[in-house]
Amino acid sequence: MSLLGEDVMTEDGEFVINMGPQHPSTHGVLHLKVWLDGEIIKKVQPHLGYIHRSIEKMSENLSYRNFIFATSRMDYLSAHMNNEACALTVEKGLAVEVPARAKVIRTLMAELTRLSSHQLWWGCTGLDLGAVTPFFYAFREREAINGIMEETCGARLTQNYMVPGGVMFDLHPNFQARTKEVIKQIKDKFDEYDQLLTGNVIFEQRTKGVGYISKEDAVSWGCTGPMARASGVSCDIRKLFPYSAYDQVKFEEILDTGGDCYARYMVRMAEMKQSVSIIEQLIDTIPEGEFQAKTKAVIKLPKGEFYQRVETARGELGVYIVSDGAASPYRVKYRSPNFSNLSALPHMSKGAKIGDLVAIMATIDLVIPDVDR
Amino acid sequence: MFLKEYFSTVFKSIGSLLKGMRLTGYYFTHPKEIVTEQYPDNRATLKMADRFRGEVIMPHDELNEHRCTGCQACEIACPNGSIKIITQQELQPDGKKKKRIDTWVYHLDLCTMCNLCIEACPTTAIVMGQNFEHSVFDKKQLKKILNKPGSKLKDGVE
Amino acid sequence: MVIVGLCLLGFLVVLSFILGYMERKVAAFMQIRLGPNRVGPKGTLQIIADTIKLLFKEGLTPKASDKFLFNLAPFIMVITSMLVVAPLAFAKNFQIWDINIGVLYVSAISSMAVIGILMAGWSSYNKYSLLGAMRSGAQIVSYELSIGLSLITIVILTGSLKLSDIVMSQAGGWWIFKGHIPAIIAFVIFIVASTAEINRAPFDLAEAESELTAGFHTEYSGMKFAMFLLSEYINLFVVSAVAATLFLGGWMPLHIGSLHGFNHVMDYIPSSVWFFGKTFFVIFVIMWFRWTFPRLRVDQLLNLEWKYLLPISMFNLLLMTAIAILGWHF
Repeated sequence: MSLLGEDVMTEDGEFVINMGPQHPSTHGVLHLKVWLDGEIIKKVQPHLGYIHRSIEKMSENLSYRNFIFATSRMDYLSAHMNNEACALTVEKGLAVEVPARAKVIRTLMAELTRLSSHQLWWGCTGLDLGAVTPFFYAFREREAINGIMEETCGARLTQNYMVPGGVMFDLHPNFQARTKEVIKQIKDKFDEYDQLLTGNVIFEQRTKGVGYISKEDAVSWGCTGPMARASGVSCDIRKLFPYSAYDQVKFEEILDTGGDCYARYMVRMAEMKQSVSIIEQLIDTIPEGEFQAKTKAVIKLPKGEFYQRVETARGELGVYIVSDGAASPYRVKYRSPNFSNLSALPHMSKGAKIGDLVAIMATIDLVIPDVDR
Repeated sequence: MFLKEYFSTVFKSIGSLLKGMRLTGYYFTHPKEIVTEQYPDNRATLKMADRFRGEVIMPHDELNEHRCTGCQACEIACPNGSIKIITQQELQPDGKKKKRIDTWVYHLDLCTMCNLCIEACPTTAIVMGQNFEHSVFDKKQLKKILNKPGSKLKDGVE
Repeated sequence: MVIVGLCLLGFLVVLSFILGYMERKVAAFMQIRLGPNRVGPKGTLQIIADTIKLLFKEGLTPKASDKFLFNLAPFIMVITSMLVVAPLAFAKNFQIWDINIGVLYVSAISSMAVIGILMAGWSSYNKYSLLGAMRSGAQIVSYELSIGLSLITIVILTGSLKLSDIVMSQAGGWWIFKGHIPAIIAFVIFIVASTAEINRAPFDLAEAESELTAGFHTEYSGMKFAMFLLSEYINLFVVSAVAATLFLGGWMPLHIGSLHGFNHVMDYIPSSVWFFGKTFFVIFVIMWFRWTFPRLRVDQLLNLEWKYLLPISMFNLLLMTAIAILGWHF
C-alpha cells in the first residue's frame, strides 16, 4: 500500500483521496485532501500555497503607481475591482478627489467585470455538474464584454485601467453604443440560462439542500459576497459603504435565506440582472469632464494606515496599506474574499457526497490565485 | 394523493428536461449562431482594437529617427524591470556632450503589458504595438532591442 | 464464418470512427462551435489522425497494478460489446446469427460489460478508478432491470424472442405506434436506462470527469484507452440498434395503414437505409442528452431507477400484458 501514500486508508477504514492540485474540478491548483467513507465525505482539508506569488511582499518594493498592476493577477476574473480597491486606498491616503466622470467609468467597468465574472462562473458551474454546453454559451456573452474591455482598456483580462486619481485613458468613442448593444444581447440570453440550468430537474436535485451554511456560520467563517448573501447575511459593500458612483444608482442587495448551493446560484443569477440595471442607469449619464485627477509623478502617502474595501464578484476585498511616508508602501495586506469563503468548505461539505463537493466548490466560485496571492 | 404528486413530479421533470433539449436543439439546427473564429485563417481580416496592448514598440520615421531622449522614466515606471536603457554621452555638432541612448533593451518575457511605461514617457517615444503573436522557440529571442541600428534622436525632441 | 467475423470487425471499427466524428460534430453544433474542421474535408479524417496518434502512444501499465487484469480489461470491454452485434438484423435477410433467443442474448451479454469496468477499476490500483468502477457496478446492475422489463413489453406483444420475428411482426406498423402509450413509455424507459447502462452522460458516473478525473480508465493510455472508446461507441450503436429493432421496426419501412401509394414509395428505400436511419436517429437522441444535461449524483441515479423507472416499467408491463391479452393493439 506504500505507493498510494501511507494514509490510503485510515484506522477507521476511511478512504483518503487527494483532489488536486491537478484535478479537473478544482478550478486551478487547489489541493483538497478528502477522507471518504464510501462516497460520503468525512473530512475535507484544503491545502493551499501552490500558486503563491507573494504579491503582498512584491508590493512593498513597488511604488504606489506600480503596485496596482499586480492585483489583477489575484482574482483575475474581477481584475478591475481589485485595481479599483488599490486605487481607492491610495486616493484615500492622498486625499484626492476623483473626478465625477472617472467615478462613473469605474462603476461601469466594475459592473461589466462582475457580469463577465458571473457568466464565467455560470458556465463553470454547469461544467462541474457535468453539463458541458453552458460553458460555451456563457463564453459567448463574456466574449462580448471582453471586446468592450479590449477596446477601452487595451487588454481583455488584466486591464490595469485604474490609476490613482482616476482611470488611465478616457472611454473609447464606441463604448456607449457598444455597451448598450451588449447589454441588450445579454438580457436576451438570461432566458436561455434559465432553460438550460436553472429549471432543470437534475440541476435542482444536485444543488438544493447541498452544502448548507447557516447565517451564523456564514458570519463566523467570515464569508462575504454572494455566498454570505445566500445565507441571509447583508454584506454588500456597494450598499453599506458606497464608493465610486454606487451612491448615485438604485439597485437591490440580493438576499436569500436558503444557504445551500441553489440559493447561492439564484443570488448570482439575480445579481447579474442587478448589474445590468446599474449599467443601464449609468450608461446614458456619464458626466463630462476630466477622467483623471492630477497627482504627483512620485506618489508619497503620509505616514499612517489606510484601509478600503470594495465588493468584488466574489465578496469583500479589503486593501490595507501601512505607510511610513516613503515612495512605496511599508506593508500591504489584502483581505481576499476567496480565502475566507474557502475556509467554510470543510464545514459545508461534511457528510456530503463526492459529487456534492464539486457542486459546493462550484457555487463558492473559487479563484485559487486569489486564495494564495 | 401520493400518486398525483408522484406523476406531477415525473411530468414536471420531463418538461424541464425537454426545455433544455429544445435550446440545444435550436442551436444544433441553426448553424448561423456559431461564434467560432477561424483564427489562423482570418489573419488577413483580423483587426485588433486600436488600444490593444500587444508589445512595446518604438516607432522610427523614414529618416531612421526615434523620439527617445534616454530619460529612463519608463525604466523607473516599469514594475517588472522589463526595460533596460543603456545610454552614452554623444558629442554634438556644437561641441557639447549630450546623453543619448545606446541600446533600448526590452524583455518581452517579463513584460505584463501594464502600459505604465507608455504613460510615463514624456516624448511618446514608445507606444503599444498590436502584434500579439509572440511565441518563439528560443527564449533569447524575447529580449529585443527597440532602437534600430544607426538610428538617432529626432531633432527638436528634448 | 471467419470472413464474416473479420468483415464485422472492420465494419465496427469504421462505425466507431463515424460515431466519434458524429459525436464531436453534434457536440460542436450544440455548443455553437465548428468542431473538427482541419484534417481532411470538414475534419472527417480527424478521428483517423487521433487513432494513429493513440497507436503510437506508450501503453503505460502502472507499477503496482494487477498487470494481467489491467491488460485484459479493455479486451473484455470490446469483446462483450462486439458480441451483441451478432443477432442484429441489419437489412432484409441480412442477419449474421438469427438466434431464437435474440432478445435474451442481447440483454444477457450487454450486462457483462460491467465485468470489464470492474476489472479495469480494480486492477488499476488507483483510488479514482476504484470509486468509478464501484459506481458503475451499482449502476449497471440496477438499470439492467428496467431495460429487461421494457424489452419484455415488446416480447409480450410479439410472442417471440427471435429478433427476425420481432421485425417481421412490425410489417403493418412499428410497435411504438401499434402498442399505444405503453409502448411509448417502454421506449422512453429503454432509452433512458440504456443511456445509463452504457455509461453515457448524464449517467456517466463511472468516469465523471469533474469528480473522478476519468473514473475507471484514469490509468489507461494509448491503444488500451482507445479500446475503451471503441467499446463505448459500439455499445452506443448496439443499444440504439436494439431500440430501433424492437420499437421502430428494424429494417421495416414506414407503412401507414391502408395508404398503399405511400407504402409503395416507402418500400423503394432500401431496408438497410431504414435500419441505419432509425439507429442513427436514436444515437442522435442519446448524444443530445449528453450535451444538454448535467450529471446525476450517485444516490439520485439509484433513486431514479428504483423509485421511478422500475415501478413505472413494472406497471407498464402489466398494462401491456392486459393489452396483449385483450388484443387491443393494432
